[in-house]
Amino acid sequence: MGRAHRRDWAQVFATTAQLTRDLDIAEECAQDAFEQALRTWPKTGIPDRPGAWLTTTARNRARDVMRRESAFRRAMPLLVDEQTVPGPEDSLLDDDRLRLVFTCCHPAMSRDAQIALTLRLVCGLSTAEVARAFLVQEATMAARITRAKKKISASRIPYRVPPPDQLAERVSVALEVVHLIFTTGHTAPIGPRLARRDLADSAIGLARMLHRLMPRNTEISALLALLLLIDARAPSRLSPAGRLLLLQEQDRSRWDQRLIAEGTGLLTEALRHEPPTRYAVEAAIAAVHAEAPTWEETNWSEIVSLYDVLRRLWPSPVVELNRAVAIGLRDGPDSGLAQLTPLLDDPALASYAYLSAARADFLRQLRRWREAARAYEKALALTDNDVERAFLTGRLADVRAHLSR
Amino acid sequence: MGKYMLLIFGDPAQWDAMTPEQGKAHDAAHSGFAAAAGSKIFGGEQLEDAAVATTLRSDGAGGVTTTDGPFLETKEVLGGFYLLTAPDLDEAIRLASKLPEVQAGHSGVEIRPVVDHG
Repeated sequence: MGRAHRRDWAQVFATTAQLTRDLDIAEECAQDAFEQALRTWPKTGIPDRPGAWLTTTARNRARDVMRRESAFRRAMPLLVDEQTVPGPEDSLLDDDRLRLVFTCCHPAMSRDAQIALTLRLVCGLSTAEVARAFLVQEATMAARITRAKKKISASRIPYRVPPPDQLAERVSVALEVVHLIFTTGHTAPIGPRLARRDLADSAIGLARMLHRLMPRNTEISALLALLLLIDARAPSRLSPAGRLLLLQEQDRSRWDQRLIAEGTGLLTEALRHEPPTRYAVEAAIAAVHAEAPTWEETNWSEIVSLYDVLRRLWPSPVVELNRAVAIGLRDGPDSGLAQLTPLLDDPALASYAYLSAARADFLRQLRRWREAARAYEKALALTDNDVERAFLTGRLADVRAHLSR
Repeated sequence: MGKYMLLIFGDPAQWDAMTPEQGKAHDAAHSGFAAAAGSKIFGGEQLEDAAVATTLRSDGAGGVTTTDGPFLETKEVLGGFYLLTAPDLDEAIRLASKLPEVQAGHSGVEIRPVVDHG
């Protein structure tokens, strides 16, 4: 049932929304359909096509609701263009899903609202789950989602796939949302666990869906490649005792080769047709790591030159930081430290723990214990993920042991 | 069809400082917007300086207090508005993007849907 929910929610909801033209009613009816399945499937067995069963049930329920509410057409905002011509069943479902993604990720919505709506309406997470993922009270998240839905209807955000001249820009916004959901899941900003699997899986599911619906869009292929290549390392990120393992400590035999092959395949395909996008270059960097048999054999020169491409395509302080670290790994800790120093003045990185952690690591390798300890202390003060904190605390203790000698 | 109000905000000092050529280009851009939106526009005015505004508030005792100046004292003020109909927000955004205030650094346009009382 949980699997049916994850897999079919978006389709059931989107197809019902197409009928009701109202997100609240559609959500209620989709939820009813899943509840009805929960009641009847244990007795009747799972139907051959559970998705179709759920969609039909939700749409029947929606028709009932609409018949009851005779004033419906006057009172409810029109979400859907009257002229929408229904296509063959499957392509209609796919179009519904795309419409839903583009509505949730409309640029007139705040980033918070885009993420909350996408997780709730496209991925089918409950409001409580979305609230937990972003560490806010359920009531706060419910209010945020209600406000976002109100904005869609009151300001008439169209429920459609954008026209070709706007598509590239709108896809980029949707991909930023997917990427942000993934990074939040890959390393949780706060809390006891290193990763939030539900968010990482939701993001990969979204990227897969977008790729399936728009297979020729190379920005989507590149983002999916990036997520798969990073996620391939998920099984090796923690020691059996639950300690964070850095890339250099990970057991590479545990990396998911199937995901790596799929990711590199997608990336190669994306690079064959178009000049690289930001995500393609980031995926290429992940692919260099994935292909290195050992940490020592990592091709740092190639990684540095990929960062050089990336900083031109997508200038950002975080890219500068990662490039500085890569230079340090290619040329030695002295060079890395020299590259990091100018970044200390960048206000955008002032509260970014990875800058202090990277400096601390280079200082530790240079046996500059006192400065390393200070840098680890600063990184700790900026880190709220318990697994990362435990790692940094361990390193700080090692460094301090040298100080007291 | 929905109704939208486009509220044009900006720094009055910068509007006053426009050269005659800049003013001409500004007016031409408004004409371009009006031509593009055509009959979708059903209202719109340029407002006198916010400095000459008069604001009324309750005095808390059943009466009204009259004060000199705008409701909110801000550097950027409401300088004018349009009312238009559009099928959806994307069309309202497309048309409003043609307003010159969207290009200038000190100004901007707020799009507010009008409540439909049916």
